[in-house]
Formats: sequence, structure tokens, C-alpha cells
Amino acid sequence: MSTTVSQLAHYNAKVARSRATSEPAWVRWSLIIIALLFLSLFLFIPLAAVFTEALRKGFETYIAALVEPDALSAIKLTLIAAAISLPLNLVFGVAAAWAIAKFEFKGKSILITLIDLPFAVSPVIAGLIYVLIFGLQGWFGEWLIDHDLKVIFAIPGIVLATIFVTFPFIARELIPLMQAQGKEEEEAGLVLGASGWQILWHITLPNIKWGLLYGVILTNARAMGEFGAVSVVSGHIRGMTNTMPLHVEILYNEYNYAAAFAVASLLAFLALVTLALKSYIEWQSAHSVIAAKPVDE
Amino acid sequence: MSIEIRNIKKEFGNFTALDNVNLDVPNGELVALLGPSGCGKTTLLRIIAGLESPDHGSIHFHGEEATDRDVRERQVGFVFQHYALFRHMTVFENVAFGLRVRPKKTRPTEAEIHRRVHQLLELVQLDWLADRYPPQLSGGQRQRIALARALAVEPKVLLLDEPFGALDAKVRKDLRRWLRRLHDELHITSVFVTHDQEEALEVADRIVVMNHGRIEQIGSPQEVYDNPASPFVYKFLGNVNQFNSRVNEGQAHIGDISLSLNQHHSIQNSNALAYVRPHDIEVFTEPNGEQTLQAIVSYIHAAGPSVRLELQPVNESDTIEAEISRERFRELALNQGAHVYLKPRRVQVFLETGTTTPS
Repeated sequence: MSTTVSQLAHYNAKVARSRATSEPAWVRWSLIIIALLFLSLFLFIPLAAVFTEALRKGFETYIAALVEPDALSAIKLTLIAAAISLPLNLVFGVAAAWAIAKFEFKGKSILITLIDLPFAVSPVIAGLIYVLIFGLQGWFGEWLIDHDLKVIFAIPGIVLATIFVTFPFIARELIPLMQAQGKEEEEAGLVLGASGWQILWHITLPNIKWGLLYGVILTNARAMGEFGAVSVVSGHIRGMTNTMPLHVEILYNEYNYAAAFAVASLLAFLALVTLALKSYIEWQSAHSVIAAKPVDE
Repeated sequence: MSIEIRNIKKEFGNFTALDNVNLDVPNGELVALLGPSGCGKTTLLRIIAGLESPDHGSIHFHGEEATDRDVRERQVGFVFQHYALFRHMTVFENVAFGLRVRPKKTRPTEAEIHRRVHQLLELVQLDWLADRYPPQLSGGQRQRIALARALAVEPKVLLLDEPFGALDAKVRKDLRRWLRRLHDELHITSVFVTHDQEEALEVADRIVVMNHGRIEQIGSPQEVYDNPASPFVYKFLGNVNQFNSRVNEGQAHIGDISLSLNQHHSIQNSNALAYVRPHDIEVFTEPNGEQTLQAIVSYIHAAGPSVRLELQPVNESDTIEAEISRERFRELALNQGAHVYLKPRRVQVFLETGTTTPS
């Protein structure tokens, strides 16, 4: 008898609590509808448009637009730029986050501000900086010509611009994570006799791996999709210095809509894959039992 | 291995964490650094470990200067306040870590590592948890694994930072007795930091009481409890009643009563603070003809091994706490509001200048 009463009381309390803390149905539903309308207008419809426009003239035209030499060269250049900037930013991001989160030093706040700089500066200006430094009339222009080196309107310039715009992502992802984890585990490793590298490999990196992977995926998405900074330094030479976003722009300006949307659909697809990976990583880092890794130097 | 600490100073910005600290830890002793938070005890422990470096002064291990010795070469085991277990490694790998990171030449074989890790896990009675991960353990289990991990590298000195701070009362009591037994078995020089006087009194061979970056007193638990060297130590170690008193030619005057001291015979009319432990106050229902303080019982705490009385003196404003046995309480048959007469059995007086004298 007494249990039934207490169960009933519990049930009543539950109902009362949910009524006490929630809004009326019409408020909830109007908020949901507004959010859905907004998302459809600005996200779902454009995304669907990209794929329908790409396939408007049939699947063969779509494939043809992707395998023609200029498109292939643009895809290749985009992959090269990402393949170079990603590992460099990985090393830089981990090093910067490690320094900022685990050590006290002078000028720390200046370093944090510098890391945020690419977020604050317009990508076009980032591109212009490199033109001013390495361009024909730039500081190192004559020296580069004398040594037969090309930076602007060539691959090195595109890589530099890509690195510049993507370098905050990994560090920004890791700093709060590493600060929250503190440095006790590293100190424990130190007292147990581990060297700096052993601590990095066996203690620090395993603890941040999900955050690091997340940062890498964001960096990759941005590296492949960057337009402004790359546009300034590239020179738009077809088949030579065009990345995928630049190639889309050229095709579009030439009224070649089907081809433009075909290449754009690749970038959109990349974005969807990125989102899926991101959700998977978030789910993993929240739910998975942490995998063991034997320590063998 | 003995530890000698000489004139250690450490500042963090404007905050003086340690101010000229000198301390000897003899070989094989279990020493407690006791003090309120911010007194510098953890900083001192970290300086011994080499995780902080002192601004001034030196540290000697076994008579050898070790102030600038690398943490890795100090042969210390450190148990962190929040255990700092490697969360992505199993319990086994946590304990094995210190052996596995050794250079190839001195690293034990895999079989030897297995043997030693299981031996240590048996020592802390947690062999059955070898394949678990730290987040799957309870606080007390993590604590013991952290200890096993620290012992794996066969340290000459064991340092523990608030080892029982994050545990609930029952587990804390069990673990500190267990730590004491473990120390008696291993005889490894150990220093632990705590803010809990009960813990320090129960576990340590010697207690170092610290306040504001200085050492207030060093002594055995009984010494520091029975003969505190300063008002701070008196107040920090257990409950105490404080009375304003006057000292004149070897006599302490508290209100109407006077007690003879075996010091301060040449002191003329100096203000002083007198301290009496609650269990050193005798309670009577009759004046008895002796010199006593009159008071009214304002509250009775009867739960526990002894009975605590809150008493309101007739002539003073501060309440007095007295502790009497349950038998005595029954004998007196006290009620709230009853009139009683108090007689301090044992009083310690500190003159305003700071000198001390037990009576």
C-alpha cells in the first residue's frame, strides 16, 4: 500500500514538474516552425538547388564536367593545398595549444591574440599581404625573380594563403580542452620518469585525440573551401593555379551553369561528409569507452 | 632517504608561499605537513618533488644537495590530490607506466613488469581491477591505484598531496589506517599534506604545523596536541576555549579565578590569552569551595562518545565549550538552563608578546 502511494506521489510530482517548467504548446510549436522555416530557406533549399542544378542536364554532363582536364587540375590543386597545410597546422596547433594550456610564460595573451588574427582579418587582406611581400613589386619580388622562384600566381602562394586562413582551427579547438584537463597527468608522468616526448605521445595526445580530430576536420573543410585569400594570390590560371572554389567561379562567369554546379556539388558533398564526421566524433568522444594503448616507448 | 630543507623561500607574484622554511625529515619517518589552505604546505611538497623550484634555499636528499636535480632523477613517488591517473590506460598500464618509460638498458622485461605490477596491485588489494579504466573506479580505489603507481618506480621518498581529501568520511578513515600499516611495512620516508588535524594526529610520526608560509611547530602528535607552541597551533589542533586573562607574578587571572603557572614569575600585570581544551574543563553543580567560573548550560550535545556542553558564563560574553564523559553527565543530571561551576584543569597562557607557558 505504502509503495503504491509513494509511486503515485512520485508520478504526480513528475507531471507537476514538467508542467511547471515548460511553455504552452502553441509557443513551443511556433518556435519549432520558425526555426524549420529559417533552416529550409537558408540551408536546405540552396543545398538541394546545388545538386538539382548540377544534374539538370543529365548524369553524363555532370561526369563530363568533373573529368575535364581543368576540373581535374583544380581538384588536384585543392587536394595539394589541403595536404600541405593540414600537417603543418596540425603540428603548429598542437604545439601552440600545449604551450598555452600547460605553461605560464610572458606574452601568452599576445600569442592567443595572434592565433585569432586570421579569424579577425578578411581573407582578401590575408591574400593581399602575401602579394605585397612576395609579389613582383613586393619586398622579396626581385630576389625571387633572380632565383627563379614563383610564389604569387603559383602553388606556394596558394598554400601560404590556405595555411594563414586555417591556422586557428586546431589550436582553438585544443586550448580549452587541454586547459580543462589540467597538467596533473603530465606531472605524474614526469615524476614517474617519462621524457618530454613520452609524455606527449603516451599522455597528452591520447587525451586530446577526439578534439584534435575534430580540429583537423574543420581545418580540412576550410582549406578546401577557401575562396577569398586564394583568389587574390592565385591569378586564376586555368589548369595551373585554380582551386575548386575558383574553378566554380570561372565556370559560372562563363554561363556554364551545369559544370559550375557539378564542381560545386563536390564541395557541398565534402561539407556533408564533414558534418557527418563531426557528429560521429562528438558522439564517439562522449560515449565510447576509451581505447587502451600499450606504452612501448 | 632523509630530506633536509634549508631556508626555502618561494613567492608567486606578491604572495609569499614559503618564508624561510627549515625542516628535517629523518629516514623512514611518516611526516604530516598540516595547515589551513594557502599556508604553503602543497608548495613545499612540490618543491621537494622538484615540480616547483624555490626562489631561495636548498634541498638535500641523504645529505646530498638536490635543489637543481631533475624531477626524474629524484627518485620520489608523488600521489596527486586528484590522483591524476592516466584516464585512457588500464589500471595495469597505469601502474606499469613508470617501468615502461625507462630507457631500454634499465627497463625490466615484460615478464618482470607483469610480476611487479601484480605484486603492487596485490599490495593495495586491487589485483582484480587490473583491466579496468580509472573512470570505472571509486575514489578510494583510484587513491590506492595512484599509490601503487607511485611505488612502482621504487621511490626513496613518497610524497602525498591531500591523499584523502576527496574521499567520504568512512573511506577516509579506513584508508588512513591502511596507509599507516603500509608505511610500517615498507618504511619508506613519506611526507603527506593535509588540512585535517585528525588525520595528521592519527597517521603521522611527526607533524609540521604551517601557517602563512612559516612553520609554527614541529613535533610528535602528542607534543603538538598537548603543548602547542602558539595560539594558532592551539586553535588549529582541535577545539579550544580562549579566555582573556591577566598574568601577574606567576599567577593567571581569568575572571574571578586565579591559577598558578610555573613560569612568568617576574611578569607584572601583563595581558595574556589563556587556552583550555573542552575536555580539560571540570563541571560541578555546587561551588565546592574552590575557585570556579559560574555558568549556565545553554545547549547539550549528547550524541557521540562524550557529551559536549555549551556554557554561557555569567560574567563573560563568549560561550565556553566543555566535554565530559557520559557517566559524569548522568551523575550531574544536567538540564538546559542549569547553573554550573567550571574549573579549568589545565590551562596554557600566551602573553601578548607571544611567549608560552604550560601550567
